[in-house]
Amino acid sequence: MSAFTLSRRTLLKSAAIGSIGLSAGLLTRRPAHAEDLTIGIIYVGSRDDYGWNQAHAVAAKALAAVPGVKVVEEENVPETIAVAKTMESMIELDGAKLIFPTSFGYYSPFMLDAAKKYPDVQFRHAAPLWKEGDPTNAGSYFGYLDQAHYVNGVAAGLSTKSNKLGFVAAKPISSVLSNANAFALGARSVNPKAEVQVIFTGDWSMPVREAEATNALIDAGADVIGCHVDSPKTVIQTAESRGVKSVGHNASQANLAPKGFITGAEYKWETIYKKFADLLAKGEPLPNFTGGGYDLDYVQNTAYGAGASPEAIAAADKAKEDMRAKKPIYIGPLKDNKGNEVIPAGTVHAPYDPWIDQINFLVEGVQGSIT
Amino acid sequence: MNETDIGFWGVPLAMFAGAIRVSTPFLFVSLGECLTEKSGRINLGLEGTLVFGAMSGYAVAYLTGSPWFGVFCAGLSGCFFGAIHGYICKLPKVNDIAIGIAMMLFGTGLAFFFGKPFIQPQAPHLPSISLGGWSSLPQVRSALEINPLFFIGIALAVFMWWAFKNTRWGLIVRMTGDSAPAALAMGYSVDWVRFLATTVGGFFAGVGGAFLSLYYPGAWSEGLSSGQGLMAVALVIFARWNPLACFGAALLFGAAGALGPALQSVGITQGYYFFNAAPYLLTLFIMIASVSPKRSLKGAPGELSITK
Amino acid sequence: MADTVNQGVVAPAASAPAEFLDRIRRSSEYVVIPLFALIVAGLIFSLFLFALGHSPATFFSLLWRGGFGTGFSWQNTLVRAAPLIFTGLCVAIPARLGLTIVGGEGALVLGGFTAAVAAIPFVHAGAPNYVVLPAMLLCATLTGAAWIGLVGALRHYRGINETIASLLMSYIAIAIMNFFVEGALRDPGNPNKPSTLPIGDANMIGNIPGVGVHWGLAAGVLVALALWILMNRTTFGFAARVTGGNVRAARAQGLSVGRLMVISCAIAGACAGLAGFFEVAAVQGRANASLAAGYGFTGILVAFLARQNALAIIPVSILLGGIAAAGGLIQRRMGMPDATVLVLQGLMFVVLLVSETLYGRFAFFRPKGN
Repeated sequence: MSAFTLSRRTLLKSAAIGSIGLSAGLLTRRPAHAEDLTIGIIYVGSRDDYGWNQAHAVAAKALAAVPGVKVVEEENVPETIAVAKTMESMIELDGAKLIFPTSFGYYSPFMLDAAKKYPDVQFRHAAPLWKEGDPTNAGSYFGYLDQAHYVNGVAAGLSTKSNKLGFVAAKPISSVLSNANAFALGARSVNPKAEVQVIFTGDWSMPVREAEATNALIDAGADVIGCHVDSPKTVIQTAESRGVKSVGHNASQANLAPKGFITGAEYKWETIYKKFADLLAKGEPLPNFTGGGYDLDYVQNTAYGAGASPEAIAAADKAKEDMRAKKPIYIGPLKDNKGNEVIPAGTVHAPYDPWIDQINFLVEGVQGSIT
Repeated sequence: MNETDIGFWGVPLAMFAGAIRVSTPFLFVSLGECLTEKSGRINLGLEGTLVFGAMSGYAVAYLTGSPWFGVFCAGLSGCFFGAIHGYICKLPKVNDIAIGIAMMLFGTGLAFFFGKPFIQPQAPHLPSISLGGWSSLPQVRSALEINPLFFIGIALAVFMWWAFKNTRWGLIVRMTGDSAPAALAMGYSVDWVRFLATTVGGFFAGVGGAFLSLYYPGAWSEGLSSGQGLMAVALVIFARWNPLACFGAALLFGAAGALGPALQSVGITQGYYFFNAAPYLLTLFIMIASVSPKRSLKGAPGELSITK
Repeated sequence: MADTVNQGVVAPAASAPAEFLDRIRRSSEYVVIPLFALIVAGLIFSLFLFALGHSPATFFSLLWRGGFGTGFSWQNTLVRAAPLIFTGLCVAIPARLGLTIVGGEGALVLGGFTAAVAAIPFVHAGAPNYVVLPAMLLCATLTGAAWIGLVGALRHYRGINETIASLLMSYIAIAIMNFFVEGALRDPGNPNKPSTLPIGDANMIGNIPGVGVHWGLAAGVLVALALWILMNRTTFGFAARVTGGNVRAARAQGLSVGRLMVISCAIAGACAGLAGFFEVAAVQGRANASLAAGYGFTGILVAFLARQNALAIIPVSILLGGIAAAGGLIQRRMGMPDATVLVLQGLMFVVLLVSETLYGRFAFFRPKGN
């Protein structure tokens, strides 16, 4: 149960162990090899989107490699009744016993309802949303990408000449905000003069507006661009064509920017899916919650590109070591960008503090508004 | 701060640059639709044509290494969709609007189906012309990196405007659109004229799609078009079937689309959803302010099902 | 009609059963031609599949199984059809007056949004569901009616083209909803999916007993039926159709064209608002960006395929729902991209619409005399 070495949520352990009994019951009916296990994976967009969905689709191939496991996949499933019916269809028509719905909006109410309706089917969702009291045949797995964005920020903070960094963000939800904050905190940890300008596009995928936002940031003086949108291809390409540096998100975009790419924040879903695959191969149940960052090898940074200077590389490497050692990002005293104190002096939020999942502010040094 | 910081001047500059960068696909699609509607038929399917043009242009550019050949092939694929629409609508009792909506679905579906293998590869981009060498401001230099298709679009708009008024072909198209019986009496085949107008209109829409995938934003993906084709068709009504006004409408839409990101970049960050919706709000307000019941149908082809 | 005159004079004692058979023969045209079109589309699509090395037989058996083959498939199909009935009606009703409304999406989104907002004070006060739900229903229909009614009014009083106005307004509606959902009305307990406060489990509309589909389906069928009667069996419907045929003639007859337009658009908007209400009250439990799922745009297709007939909208919605339901199974079993069903749908609709040219061409459906 290495997945439960998390310092966070010790209280969850008991709940998780409770569920093991339940799911073990399901699995003991099988021989040691998880024969004829059908797994359903659901994507909100296209599997080749250079971003979120592709990262999952590539990593989930580890599951299909387990003997006796059959994987069925469905892409472009919207967060409506469609996903509820897709899950049911996978269960009813394909006999799926384990479902991975990979988009935030699938969780409530759709996955929770399905978990209640099908208690002998296991559900694991890719966001830090499962909590005690939710069905025990449901669960969450997640990589804390803010740690990799912190490393992005450190490298970006030492790469900027104008001390102005740009960040193209999709929507003001907590996972986006925590990434933007980590990017800013990372940059300011090595360059206190650095400021981050955020532009929200309002949509997860809107290529023309993402390009316009990147151009607007560069015109306003930003000379390193980061982002959190579903498919960062447009942002990175536009930054490269304007001759400014960029840091990536979700998957590797290094080849899109041969001149200006510094590094990128990447999920390493394969660690999680391989872990799951091993458990399934052994006939063991999956954990209800597993979340981690650098310490569990759930996130990583893309190999440095041509835009990374030697001093940026040195500082970023040091930041990676800090993240592996579970150095916290959110340390009091900390103000948000409206001047309110959000963390009092003396308070430290550890890397997996549930507080991080509830962030609804931008830290001091970030220009932008969440409404 | 440094010497290239232009503060709030960034907003008008961004709108100017946005007008040039974003308007081209709107311009091409609306010119294509303008031609089709002038002949008395409406093709709502240009959204599908645009998406398929974007995919096929990108795919061809990737496979042959020539972006201009990609643009040409995108146009050809647009011709193909236009020809289907034009041919089907010749049949009696077939509703051109309905066929357009079905073709929109069909074109988008085919583009997504065949476009899967081309999401990952990198196709060569269309070149741009640098007109900003005189300026020391990088923002201005960047805004004046202009794609040749933009100029081709302007030339096309002017040409169409002139040709509708001054050429025999222009007259035939307008007559077919205004009164089919009159065109018949003059000995022209109404069906044939409309078929050609729809086919050529499809070519323009396909080229507009190729601009999206091969220049700005410059990659093929399934989310590439956020309804640009549909909006461009609507802009033709807004522009009252005048090619020059189509150009103006496309510029307005491009400029307004740049407003949201530009305002956020200078620190005006509240309410960005409304700034992002600026193109739609602005167009609606201009229509409300400028249109009256008596003038609304001025310039409208009399045979158009939508204006009857 | 010369036939009817002859019938009256020559064969006054025509037997009732023969007349009945003739009626069936006449109306069978509306079943035979679409079926024929669907078969032709299926054949063309089979060639497409065959050329790409896939088995058409597997494809169509999966299409059947996923959409209509099992009880579960029917649930899946019907639950997807429910919103399409409403959004189809939103296009079909104004179309009878010659108005092409393409912005049902906006009325759906705002209807759902205001329904969810209306629930907040009642839920906060602990009101029972028989108070909360009618309040939500009222808000959703009124908002939808006002939104599309405004389009009708702009058309009549300002001469603004309704197609472009409704399209623009649908984008504006989505912006309004997003602005509030991510701002003032955001549920602080839902940090990762900006939404309004949930309406609560107690206020959720359940399923029709024994069917496994929420009540939105039944409501859709009833509304479609009512609107069919309105448009085909009342003076209002007659006046609307006269206006749709020729506005000048309608004015000459003293019909109040403006009022007809605004009322029809308001009815249309109310339908779209109802779709939004059921999305919130039966599916999502809150308003968020998922309301803009494209039902409004699919409704345009539904209405034109149903030839603006309120009753025909029901089977067309079910057909569309079935194909969407089967799409997932086809992706999973055949490893084909999700766009496969888009291609099939596009092809089917093109062929179905082309087949309209066949009406009236076959003597079989036109029995002369008795």
